[in-house]
Amino acid sequence: MSLASPDTQPGAGRLLPDRLKSPLQRFLTSWELLLLFVAIGVFILNSFASPYFLDPWNLSDATFNFTEKAMIAFAMALLIISGEIDLSVASIIALASTAMGFAVQLGADTGLLVVIGLCVGLACGAFNGFLVTGLGLPSIVVTIGTMSLFRGIAYIVLGDKAYTGYPADFAFFGQGYVWWVITFEFVLFALIAFLFAVLLHFTNFGRSVYVVGNNPVGALFSGIRVPRVKFALFLLTGLMSGVAAICLTSRLGATRPSIAFGWELEVVTMVVLGGVSILGGSGSIPGVVIAAFVMGMVTFGFGLLNVPGIVMSIFIGLLLIAVIALPRIALQLLAKRKA
Amino acid sequence: MVSSFKSREAILGAAILALVLAIAVRFPAFVAPSNLANVFNDTAPLIILALGQMVVILTRCIDLSVAANLALTGMVVAMLNTLMPNLPVTTILLIAVALGALMGLINGLLVWKLKIPPIVVTLGTMTIYRGMIFLISDGQWINAHEMSDAFKGFPRASVLGLPMLSWIAIFVVVFFVILIGRTSLGRAFFAVGGNPHAAVYTGINVGQTQCAAFVLSGALAGLTGYLWVARYAVAYVDIAGGFELEVVAACVIGGISIAGGIGSVGGAVLGALFLGIVKNALPVINISPFWQLAISGSAIIIAVAFNATSNRPKGRVILKKAEHAL
Repeated sequence: MSLASPDTQPGAGRLLPDRLKSPLQRFLTSWELLLLFVAIGVFILNSFASPYFLDPWNLSDATFNFTEKAMIAFAMALLIISGEIDLSVASIIALASTAMGFAVQLGADTGLLVVIGLCVGLACGAFNGFLVTGLGLPSIVVTIGTMSLFRGIAYIVLGDKAYTGYPADFAFFGQGYVWWVITFEFVLFALIAFLFAVLLHFTNFGRSVYVVGNNPVGALFSGIRVPRVKFALFLLTGLMSGVAAICLTSRLGATRPSIAFGWELEVVTMVVLGGVSILGGSGSIPGVVIAAFVMGMVTFGFGLLNVPGIVMSIFIGLLLIAVIALPRIALQLLAKRKA
Repeated sequence: MVSSFKSREAILGAAILALVLAIAVRFPAFVAPSNLANVFNDTAPLIILALGQMVVILTRCIDLSVAANLALTGMVVAMLNTLMPNLPVTTILLIAVALGALMGLINGLLVWKLKIPPIVVTLGTMTIYRGMIFLISDGQWINAHEMSDAFKGFPRASVLGLPMLSWIAIFVVVFFVILIGRTSLGRAFFAVGGNPHAAVYTGINVGQTQCAAFVLSGALAGLTGYLWVARYAVAYVDIAGGFELEVVAACVIGGISIAGGIGSVGGAVLGALFLGIVKNALPVINISPFWQLAISGSAIIIAVAFNATSNRPKGRVILKKAEHAL
């Protein structure tokens, strides 16, 4: 205990149990189940708090509160599990949105806009990935730098102006409905969640993400190309930021350089709330999905009660600290009782 | 080791000198002593905050809540001033420093006692402190005519030709030179960041030292909060929005290693001066201020890349890839 510092490896000194817990036991004591109860609790509280909450159209609109951020959060979860972080995601949205707006002024059609959005996201991700894995720089500083750089370019291009005039069919990505009240964005969110769950939990690549996060040197000696895995994860985060940029730009129908300001915090909060350790090595996609619902419903419930956004952010901040602090306090109390 | 610190500061100092000379060739008025004094005065808040951030980064932490701390303290003292216009400035200063230190202490205790990663703690408290400004002010602005003249006048009061704001920055720099170079706490900051395990064996309490760094950073943020609000004579929710990144940028440009344990007072001051000169020079050389964000972003990346390459060990690297993986 006395040796503990924030840099102590999370897995160091962990004891191997004699007997593994049964899958049912593991599920009953899991973070995800606890989070699920929180989600159901928030849902019930909300339905009592406002008579407008249980309206299907309102609920459908409520999904916009989290779907775009959650798309990035899935990729960010993998990145954080691998031991890195990307604070530039919101700025990638701003840059991708600016590029799309610029293309609209030159008469680009919807298909080309989507390609541009995705390519700018990929390019930004590649730039981050190169700086971190190619030059061996710490990702937190690199992405604080690119956070200013990417949004700075958006400001240079746009100044205090805004791009509008997106084509009519471009609006489908952020405003379209697929089945009755189910939005296109929600379907996309569900599809991306499924793909990321498969990628992280059922593929070799997903395994190697955990290994890299737990012990990069060990991963290297077991034959995992650590820099390549990390580079791929930065690419993936950039790509997802591009997807989110398309959805958000389409939903707002306009680009300003301040678009998605401060989202990096909410994305990281979502990931950490979902049970991903900020020190890397552990976490799951179902956890992030439930965390997305919790955050979306908390903000939507506050919105129905006319609570201003900045006050909601206090609760998000408190939630973030409390969620990490409570298990640690509980563990410390348990350790004291045993001693 | 010592020579490499010296050379890094020398390179940064030369870069700043070259920057100023390049501007001076086209716009000689920029290097007039009175204008340079203005630039220093404009940069003073950044210098003060960068020194606080430096000790936090030295101990392998990061404080992203400084700007929110500054804004909340600024709002509190501005509201105090409207309620009690006769409160002396020294009392206001004490309250600002104490309130800032208290917010820093909250960060520090969460890092020390609960071992929550500093980035998570300060991301959380950053939003909480910002939100609290809205709660206490109800989103209202406090304007110049609501503040007393003594409150507004203090940072501008001229002493020996320099405004009080500049003198406070100079005082803070001197304080840090002594703290870092002449006290055991200053040495402990480096020890904790350089090798936390070894620091424990030499009898240093790692968590306590990190907590002290957060308190110091918070106290300086509180001090700057009053100076900022009084100087610009306005307080509102979004004051100094995003400034925490500029502070981190100043540290990184000044050669303070984000991995902890490496850095110097001179580096942090030069890093802040570099950003301050860029910011002040942009309008002079007819570039829109919208460029500022991209320039500081690029400066961070270049500086951190430069520091990383100059820190590489000189010997033969046998397991290059393994070293990269770390």
